[in-house]
Amino acid sequence: MFVLIVGAGRVGSTIAKRALNDGHEVSVLDEDPLSHERLDVDLDGSWEDAGGQFTVGTALEMEALLEAGIERADVFIASTDGDNTNLVISQIAQKRFAVDRVVARVLDPARASWYAEQGLNTVCPTKTAIELLTAAVFGPDQEAAA
Amino acid sequence: MYVLVAGAGKVGWNLARELIAKGHEVTLVEHNRRRYLIVEQELEHAVQYGDATELWILERAGIQRADMVIAVTGDDEDNMLICQVAKEKYLVDRIIARVNNPRNLQHFKLLDILPAVSATDLILRLIEHEVPKYGLVHLLDLEEEQLEIIEMEVADDAPAAGRKVIDIDLPDGSLIISVLREGGGMVPKGDTVIEAGDEVLLVLDPGVEADITAQFSPNGQVQ
Repeated sequence: MFVLIVGAGRVGSTIAKRALNDGHEVSVLDEDPLSHERLDVDLDGSWEDAGGQFTVGTALEMEALLEAGIERADVFIASTDGDNTNLVISQIAQKRFAVDRVVARVLDPARASWYAEQGLNTVCPTKTAIELLTAAVFGPDQEAAA
Repeated sequence: MYVLVAGAGKVGWNLARELIAKGHEVTLVEHNRRRYLIVEQELEHAVQYGDATELWILERAGIQRADMVIAVTGDDEDNMLICQVAKEKYLVDRIIARVNNPRNLQHFKLLDILPAVSATDLILRLIEHEVPKYGLVHLLDLEEEQLEIIEMEVADDAPAAGRKVIDIDLPDGSLIISVLREGGGMVPKGDTVIEAGDEVLLVLDPGVEADITAQFSPNGQVQ
């Protein structure tokens, strides 16, 4: 599969490396050229040597998206540090480029739920953290009550 | 009318002030604490502190009963999402979004966030209006209504110069609505003769522009 990941922070870069390791074709888009360094960590050579692709730009720029290969992407992951950016670019991937599988990281639980109802695949780390922390403190039985 | 305005920058603040002066009820939402405190000195309870992309902030500001939501923050993604939830979650009748970077206008359209207003675009239009070499000036574009009004100067050797309106070969879906000559304007009739140097205003369906340009430009060339 061709996987396009926008946002090479801790989450995005780790998923990128894992996907590449699993044999997928992986392209990463980030506005910060230095974020590339995070992709190189733990690799023998550079990210490109390992077969990865990296593009500098923001996902609101059509040129950057096209250069990163969105037209042939099977999977699109929006994992920048901004909820609003992730929600907008994942809708662009879904509506304009009809990418098969689009996933957006959304920290705000309220909007993660609402956009999920609208047909967007959202993942909310905050919700997960709340559930895990509640379970850790009050025991797993309390999870539902949280 | 109850209007919710997101973003208390120069645009939002002035907009809120004007709307209040016209007798409308307004809530302005600003997420920068310092900015909020400055604006609050003048607008008092009409401004609220918070991030207008968060649902509970919008609900606290009374979005459920808003007649109109205007998103004029300095961030295009924020403006898109505020208008999107206003329209689709809270079923607000009318929205207006500000476009900061005109290249993002396509994204507003993709998400059906219209009207989307771009100051850069408006200034470009004015430049078009001031610089005659552009020939054709867009005065008004009503995209949803599929209608536009343009202005053109009639060139010396244009096919239309010296002809009666009725004899000008205009495409279907277009009409000359006004002729500006020597500082005055008039509504032409079929036997009005169009002269070189006139400025003509036409209302038309988008898409027939090229055929119209051909009638008023030098030697009928398409610009």
